[in-house]
Amino acid sequence: MMVVQALLAGVFQVVQMALLLLLAPGLTGLVRVIKARLLGRRGPPLVQPYLDLLRLLKKEVVLADNASWLFRTTPYLVFTAIWLAAALVPTFSTALALTATADLIALVALLASARFFLALAGMDVGTSFGGLGSSREMMIAALAEPAMLMVIFSVAILVRTTSLSLIVDFMLSGGVGLRVSLALALISLLMVAIAENGRVPIDNPATHLELTMVHEAMVLEYSGRHLALIEAAAMMKLVLYMALIACIFLPWGIAAPNDGLVELLIGLLTFVLKLAAGAVLLAVFETGIAKMRVFRYGEFLGGALLLSLLGAIFLYVSTGL
Amino acid sequence: MLLLAFVGMARPWLPRAHEVVHGGMAVVCGGATLAVLVRLATGETGIDTLALPVGLPWLHANLRLDALSAVFLLAVNLAACLASVFGWSYARHDDEPGRVLPIFPLFIAAMNLVLVADDAFVFLAAWEFMSLTSWLLVLSTHREDETPRAAHVYFVMASFGTACLLLCFGMLAGTTGDYSFAGIRAQPQDMASASIAALLVLLGAGSKAGLVPLHVWLPLAHPAAPSHVSALMSGVMTKVAIYGLIRVLFDLVGQPLWWWGSILAVIGAVTAVVGVLYALMQDDVKKLLAYSTVENIGVIAIGLGLALVFKASGVPALAALGMTAAMLHVLNHSLFKSILFFTSGAILTATGERKLDRLGGLIHKMPKTALFCLIGSAAISALPPLNGFVAEWMLFQAVLNGPLLEQWELKIGFAVIGALLALSAALAAACFVRFYGIVFLGRPRSPAAEKAREVDPVMLTAIGVPAFLCIVVGVLPTVVIQMIEPVNRLVVGEGLLDAGGHGGWVWLAPASAFGNSYSGLMMFLTILILTILAVFMIHRYASNRVRRSIAWGCGFTDPTPLGQYSADSFSQPLRRVFAGHLFRTRDRVDMPAPGETRPARFTLESRDPAWDWLFTPVVRLVGWISERVDALQFLTIRSYLSLMFFALIALLALVAVSQ
Repeated sequence: MMVVQALLAGVFQVVQMALLLLLAPGLTGLVRVIKARLLGRRGPPLVQPYLDLLRLLKKEVVLADNASWLFRTTPYLVFTAIWLAAALVPTFSTALALTATADLIALVALLASARFFLALAGMDVGTSFGGLGSSREMMIAALAEPAMLMVIFSVAILVRTTSLSLIVDFMLSGGVGLRVSLALALISLLMVAIAENGRVPIDNPATHLELTMVHEAMVLEYSGRHLALIEAAAMMKLVLYMALIACIFLPWGIAAPNDGLVELLIGLLTFVLKLAAGAVLLAVFETGIAKMRVFRYGEFLGGALLLSLLGAIFLYVSTGL
Repeated sequence: MLLLAFVGMARPWLPRAHEVVHGGMAVVCGGATLAVLVRLATGETGIDTLALPVGLPWLHANLRLDALSAVFLLAVNLAACLASVFGWSYARHDDEPGRVLPIFPLFIAAMNLVLVADDAFVFLAAWEFMSLTSWLLVLSTHREDETPRAAHVYFVMASFGTACLLLCFGMLAGTTGDYSFAGIRAQPQDMASASIAALLVLLGAGSKAGLVPLHVWLPLAHPAAPSHVSALMSGVMTKVAIYGLIRVLFDLVGQPLWWWGSILAVIGAVTAVVGVLYALMQDDVKKLLAYSTVENIGVIAIGLGLALVFKASGVPALAALGMTAAMLHVLNHSLFKSILFFTSGAILTATGERKLDRLGGLIHKMPKTALFCLIGSAAISALPPLNGFVAEWMLFQAVLNGPLLEQWELKIGFAVIGALLALSAALAAACFVRFYGIVFLGRPRSPAAEKAREVDPVMLTAIGVPAFLCIVVGVLPTVVIQMIEPVNRLVVGEGLLDAGGHGGWVWLAPASAFGNSYSGLMMFLTILILTILAVFMIHRYASNRVRRSIAWGCGFTDPTPLGQYSADSFSQPLRRVFAGHLFRTRDRVDMPAPGETRPARFTLESRDPAWDWLFTPVVRLVGWISERVDALQFLTIRSYLSLMFFALIALLALVAVSQ
């Protein structure tokens, strides 16, 4: 029985990783389509991101003369780290083989690794744009990462674990009612997700050649398959954050370890629906808000940090064990 | 080691003295490392004591080796062995090795002696000897502008620290006058004197370790010494101070009070954040690393503080979690700080530059150093699957257990400490992206950096071994944690894995971390497999063509390397968000009007609040008092005699009252 469960967990893990890879460009495409419709344009077709990635993969890489080995290995490392991080978040089932390997804290650290290498790669060629992007990215991360960890603390204290699968199981069992701290954590996590994915109002994913850009400035020197990997990683990160928010705050539909095929299919279907709903909300939000000045990021993210800290303190004080 | 010191002194007559000294030290320390490692690996938990008939006639020098000493001996001797190997080649570029050679072995010997001391006399004598030898090593570069001031500040702070420790042991020994550690342990402490002793050891050992606000000497003194000595001072001497802290707070005073731990943890959290913010603003490689040491000492202090709080609250399993995190970080930090300081030495050898803004592009000239330094930078930024992350993970698990405590101050405090710890980790990553990016990446910012050459294989070995160990410890943390277990049983009464937990050596899943687990090995393997898969798939089925061209840069080709992001511009957003008020940083841009020919200037000012708020007033107070007391120098003999008489009367009265 144990062996069957372990095997199933392994299969689910592989299915989930493939699923994320397949869905990620679609989600980005969906957000773009909805944003275009909201602005009264027709917009690109839904499959455009897939086509873009394939086109980039087929093209040759143009490397700057003084690009080092670090520049060439970074796209693979970034892609792997984010793929692995995304694989840890339960999407349709909580029976995942990697659950015991890494918990939420390790997930945050994996994202930090990806950011670390991407920021280094931004500085490798020695253009001003690269340094500008890296510097701003690290400033954003310096506030967003603690905020995210504080959100994790809030959830972990309620649920008594930092393992994502166990969190989902606990949330599904209805052991947690409505909590002020959870609301604060949700708001803070949303703010962090916006900042980490480089969305409006922090960064504009559709921009190039603008002095306010962050992520795009960092990856300006990349081309061909390297750029494809980095773009795919960025798309996967968006899925990761949506899946994370969904699995902590809207876990309904995710199958438990011993569920049958029907529950699994329901899990898959609800996951896709949740992503679609997330895409609509993101597009509406981005259309309705204006880009922020760079030096107001500190206030925005500091706010997120304080909200999450407040939520955590409520819980530390109110939870006696 | 004494012998080697004499060889060092005889240097003028021995042409190959520096090779003998460094080679000999490498062998001695390597042997000691192996011996301690075998002892720890076999799970030997016994306590060996030894009384040497030296010192005063009726007092023997008591030595003792237990699990706590053994782990610190491992950290000290491993780093010392690597530093000796590095120094063997590095010292060849030294103009006047005579200033370092005799003292280097003595310094290491003194640190070893502190760790095995079993009475207050030996401890303090070795401690003071360690301070003096390191002070002499700082002075070895006395021709440089900043060194005299650094040495002066260090000397004052070291004396202050030793004075505090002296009083601390006095409080602990009380009226019995038994200064052996066994005697102190056996004696019941009353809470008031134990608390005073705890505060004194916080001041004494804390100033040596570099806890804020007593850190001011550290970033001055550590960078002044030659690089392999800086590595020892930063990576190891601060750990000896941490050892003193643990020995007194966890061992000698008996049952602790919870507020000692909370003070230690809060100071640690503040130290971590302030240290890393400061490191972010430095433009000197070695100063940056020294401030990063301050940060890491803060992280260790957080772990110790949490362990102390849990021990006082009667939850030894959780205390073991904090303690293991702290001990693991002690070992980790001695590894990656060795890598980083050796790298700074290698850079200094290759380019002669220490300023960040005069380096750049070294990854092309020094590819191996660059790889090892990348591992060190990633490890110190707590990235998985390297070793820094494991300690960080355990610390977070310990913080998550905060709601178990009764006092509501502690509950709030734990949440805030967790936030500060997370903040310092994120800032450390930013700091080392800046360090690595400016030094190794980009285009060379000076002719010296352009002409750099890879250093010789001996230096590379000394940098490479700790880099390899960082990966090993990160991938197989449970092996090292098994070695730390006897320490937990000794100082908090219970081992981390004693209460069960699952997973064996692959998964780190202590029962006190309530079902959470982490596996460095699995993570490492998964990342490896996925990366190989991605590389293979893309190169096989997509494209593997590469064309070299000039950098794109949005179509703008930058004519000079000075147009790159510099160290100051990289940290500007972070300065603006975090440091504006705390460090009172001011950016001044002096832009000439169009047509003027003078160059534009940018100046950056920042101040250390510890100087402004603590040290300047203290110095002023000391000056004021000494001016007043100065009058006493010029009294007549009658006045002196009467002063003595009244002092005697007062003392006798005091004795009479207290009896």
